[in-house]
Amino acid sequence: MAKTKVLERKPLTFSEKTYIPQVASGLAATFVNMFKKSVTLEYPEVRPVIPENYRGVPTLVKDPKGRVKCVSCQLCEFVCPPKAIRIMPSEIDGEESDRAHVEKEPAAFDINMLRCIYCGLCQEVCPEEAIFLQDTFSLSGYTREEMVFGKDKLLKLGGTLPDNHFKWDKKKQAEENSENHH
Amino acid sequence: MLEVKVIDTVTINVDGELAQVPKGVNVIEAMRVVGKEKEIPHYCYHPKLSVVGNCRMCLVEVGNPMRDRQTGEAILEENGEPKIGWAPKPVIACATNVSEGMHVRTNTPSLVDCRNGVTEFLLINHPLDCPICDQAGECRLQEFSAEHGRGYSRFKEEKNVKPKRTRLGPRVTLDDERCILCSRCVRFSQEVAKDDVLGFVDRGTYSTLTCYPGKELSNNYSLNTVDICPVGALTSTDFRFKMRVWFLKRTHSICTESSVGANTEIWSREGKIYRITPRRNDAVNDTWMTDSGRGLFKESESEERLKSYSVDQVAKSLDDAIAATRELLEGGSIGVIGSAHSSLEEQYLLQKIVKHTNASFEMIQHTGEGDGLLMSEDRTPNLRGALITGLINQLPDTRLGQLKEAIEGGQIKTLLVFNEDLEQLGIDLGSLKDSVQVIYFGSSKNSTSEQAKVIFPSLSVFEKDGTFVNQNFILQKFKQAILPPMGLMPDYGVLTAILSELVENTHTVGMPSMESLWGEISKTVELLKSVQWSEIPEEGLALNGDAFASMNFVETENLKFKPTLVSEIV
Repeated sequence: MAKTKVLERKPLTFSEKTYIPQVASGLAATFVNMFKKSVTLEYPEVRPVIPENYRGVPTLVKDPKGRVKCVSCQLCEFVCPPKAIRIMPSEIDGEESDRAHVEKEPAAFDINMLRCIYCGLCQEVCPEEAIFLQDTFSLSGYTREEMVFGKDKLLKLGGTLPDNHFKWDKKKQAEENSENHH
Repeated sequence: MLEVKVIDTVTINVDGELAQVPKGVNVIEAMRVVGKEKEIPHYCYHPKLSVVGNCRMCLVEVGNPMRDRQTGEAILEENGEPKIGWAPKPVIACATNVSEGMHVRTNTPSLVDCRNGVTEFLLINHPLDCPICDQAGECRLQEFSAEHGRGYSRFKEEKNVKPKRTRLGPRVTLDDERCILCSRCVRFSQEVAKDDVLGFVDRGTYSTLTCYPGKELSNNYSLNTVDICPVGALTSTDFRFKMRVWFLKRTHSICTESSVGANTEIWSREGKIYRITPRRNDAVNDTWMTDSGRGLFKESESEERLKSYSVDQVAKSLDDAIAATRELLEGGSIGVIGSAHSSLEEQYLLQKIVKHTNASFEMIQHTGEGDGLLMSEDRTPNLRGALITGLINQLPDTRLGQLKEAIEGGQIKTLLVFNEDLEQLGIDLGSLKDSVQVIYFGSSKNSTSEQAKVIFPSLSVFEKDGTFVNQNFILQKFKQAILPPMGLMPDYGVLTAILSELVENTHTVGMPSMESLWGEISKTVELLKSVQWSEIPEEGLALNGDAFASMNFVETENLKFKPTLVSEIV
């Protein structure tokens, strides 16, 4: 058992008993701060500047030509530690001439935001640079179902990011340039 | 039936250590026996196909003890060890058979260099398709590239582009870019399927796998080419782009298509089966299986499936259905039509019920055309199980015999039917409605289930544990891969409950374990004496079928079956 030491409270001095100096010094601090630059943000009207590489909500992005980049390789689903991602792969319709050679796209792509821990492993593992944790950091919803973001919502959140590779375009070009055989 | 093979062995020296390996095998197989940490990388070699040696990946260094050409005496090093004459260049392990005293080096720097070179050549025109390739995760090229690839390409030119989705047949799609020209599929079609439709055309990097003009890869073994394809070139049209293999759980199972009992692997995820592939068993199916057997899981997903116990066509609980069954069975005058689709355990329990109720029993033989390979004439997986458990003591007919007369003559009041459609057997249930009450065990709706008094939905082979006995009297077990429809018990659970109601007058709750069932079976069934569930090996247990040797089984010769009786007559 620890020993308890009882401390005697010091009696207040006369000036302390009047409270006047304390009130005055408090008001002085208030007046000084009234003319200083404010340190708080008027959230949610004013939003903080999000630094680059911030890990916000995972989103699906499109390439500058407006095409879905994800090919549903399901590596993010595999690597996701809280198992928040669910993907249903599907084959791209052969009629779609611009993307038919990519062959695969997600029919459904769900991220359960209640499970997501914003670790960013999905972004790191993505071989197509299709999933990015961007600057959205606050989410709310009324139901659990609402917090499972589907493909359309994720694409809307993601928007378009610049692409340095255009891997599939290069592939298509090679196909067109190649000599035809069987 | 049990063959004890005495294997001759030779002693070879692997990376400086002596090892005993079977005589005559090639170096790749010898290394498997030795149990090296890593296998020798290879693409074109397949243990069940001929050796062509065209991938050049399995390079090893070999040497033999040198002998003096004139005297034949061994030449020794200074320290007294025999001098080894190493082959000047590496050789391919798949086409090099072991011999006594052979020395093998599997991992020298020059060999690694050679394999790296081979890998680089293979990758020159190989597309960067891994994110969309179905083979990713089980791709030999991916595996060996991790070890022998350089991670970047020195190849500045554009990659050679080939057709991405060529239809080779109704079930196989070819992605030509990914092909590494190992020719396994070509050899399989020639040597195993005996349907020589595949071949390479064009030269060099333009070499392309194609079908013979006007033909297609449509035989019933075409999907085996997808299995043996070391890369993602041949893909199953059905499984294409459905699910990545690393999510799928593998369960050992047995194909129920015919009495061959091909060993299979069920690939499932969260209660859904995605594909079925063969599992190697040299005594049963080598490494192959039929295409038709791979699609059987779709039946258990069909709309026609029975999903609840019912009495008088009204969904009831299992207890109600069992109580109704008990009442019917205690009324006497019982006929039972058994099934060779049931597992051995179920047949054993049914045999007990038949004995206890003194029922007249018959079974139906289901036959079809055999293909001489892995589809036998007997289209049931477990006919021999019924013989072993004593459910039948002679081979069943394809039609109902005396039982039909008894039913139509009104001697049968209660009919217990397993998996059969009475209408197909020529019994008009409509006219017998008042005289015969039917208890139906089956997985899907048919005319019998529509008129049955009591229905017990059966589970498919994927949803329960059990054993089958195949055409060669090999006892093989299958395991549960997915969960059954909610609330359903396998037939052996239902039969156990019925038995305890009938015999012991007790009400059992829950399912018997396989261990307890086998504890009983091993005591009472002569051929299965002292066989325990946990001791049945994965590759099956060969039983002695001599007692049934005089029976005229319908199977004709196939890949692993030789009819004994027929050959004697001829």
